[in-house]
Amino acid sequence: MNYVGNVGQYFMMLKGTFIKPTKASVLRQLILKEIDDLIIDSLGIVAFISFFVGGVVAIQTALNMDNPLIPESLIGFAARQSIILEFAPTFISIIMAGKVGSFITSSIGTMRVTEQIDALEVMGINSLNYLVFPKIIAMLFYPFVIVIAMFLGVLGGYVAGVYGGFTSGQNFIAGLQDDFIPFQLAYAFIKTFIFAMLLATIPAYQGYYMRGGALEVGKASTTSFVWTSVAIIIANYIITQLLLTS
Amino acid sequence: MIEVQDLKKGFDGEMILKGISTTFEKGKTNLIIGQSGSGKTVFLKCLLGLFRPTEGSIRYDGQAYSSLSSEDQRELREQMGMVFQGSALFDSMTVEENIMFPLRMFTKMRRAERRERANEAIKRVNLTDANNKLPSEISGGMQKRVAIARAIVNKPKYLFCDEPNSGLDPKTATVVDNLIQEITREYEITTVINTHDMNSVMEIGEKIVFLQKGQLAWEGTKDEIFKTDHEDVTDFVYSSNLFKEVRSALNKKDSR
Repeated sequence: MNYVGNVGQYFMMLKGTFIKPTKASVLRQLILKEIDDLIIDSLGIVAFISFFVGGVVAIQTALNMDNPLIPESLIGFAARQSIILEFAPTFISIIMAGKVGSFITSSIGTMRVTEQIDALEVMGINSLNYLVFPKIIAMLFYPFVIVIAMFLGVLGGYVAGVYGGFTSGQNFIAGLQDDFIPFQLAYAFIKTFIFAMLLATIPAYQGYYMRGGALEVGKASTTSFVWTSVAIIIANYIITQLLLTS
Repeated sequence: MIEVQDLKKGFDGEMILKGISTTFEKGKTNLIIGQSGSGKTVFLKCLLGLFRPTEGSIRYDGQAYSSLSSEDQRELREQMGMVFQGSALFDSMTVEENIMFPLRMFTKMRRAERRERANEAIKRVNLTDANNKLPSEISGGMQKRVAIARAIVNKPKYLFCDEPNSGLDPKTATVVDNLIQEITREYEITTVINTHDMNSVMEIGEKIVFLQKGQLAWEGTKDEIFKTDHEDVTDFVYSSNLFKEVRSALNKKDSR
């Protein structure tokens, strides 16, 4: 029953986010700040993880190719498929649930604990619109993060595969181009967009409705990570079932 | 003036406020006192419009809050200033930005005008050399003064303070109390202060409302509170030895 109540409250929060908008000039500045905090600040860790995971995917594929009849281009093909379809959109999003999600929950939760949200409400400001809406808009830029993750993942695969002596550059690139279905990119970006919305709103919900003190802010951040990850995994399954199995 | 009529507020079936009726007058410092858990904070949050009363009404200069449209309620809230217990300053903004915030949100003033108005408020609360500091870089007493400056910068009609001197040393607490009283008289506003500090009662209590278990147990002036025989009030007031001495001195004076 509590879960149902939370889901209901979550959708009420979403409704509250889009009504009684904050003054446009203030909102513009808040959105730019959120883009900096949520998107720009995430690029470093995303680039680092993507490059090395791409490399590991290429090495693992190469090491598991025992049959000499399997072409070396499979290394590039496997790197492309695993990075574009799953690693970049889904697993980077899980990592972002830890980084961006914890940041959102703890920043809003701290504002709740220190009565800053009450201060906004007393002033007649719709605190949901002021706090959550700019985060949703900033997360619309999240697909750019995933594009960078895809590019660096494939690059990491190329560097590990070619300079590690597992395949030639020509074979790797042939694998990248082999049997390419453009719709798979569309699928990746559709789910990236949905994950972006989950990444902005579930942590915001956990922070906004938390009660207690500093200890509870920490607990809310952990809960936020767990629920955002669960929602991303479930959404991933549903989207994959809907878009790729027809 | 704020008139409260038979105010009741409950959570999950439990009544916290059990029918409070009182009046807070304009230009006076009205104090709500009572022990922890007596319902002071819930009462203040009802007055602020943060909690919707279960029953009863609150009228601000004759306007019943519950009968106003949401837009009018929001306009009314813009006329309220609030000083929170923990100051509730926005961490990411400097002192000056915190004070300019209500002006930025609700007026069409240019930045220079906003800055000028904010500096007037800063001057009024006797704050110096703090404009560009973050809240974390200033003392608790200074944070309270910034919170007062932010509350008055929009020239509100109603000022609410929740434990304005909690966590402050006695001298700074007196300075903050006196500042609130001066501003109340100077700006002719209705001020309601939530406190359990008897020093504040002595310093600035022009009207005192004593809450107990969600009910209004007593109301009167600061002179009356030291003379009343109301058992719960005397229990609360004379829980400190200092005030026992105040009472015996008053009794001696009366008997002469």
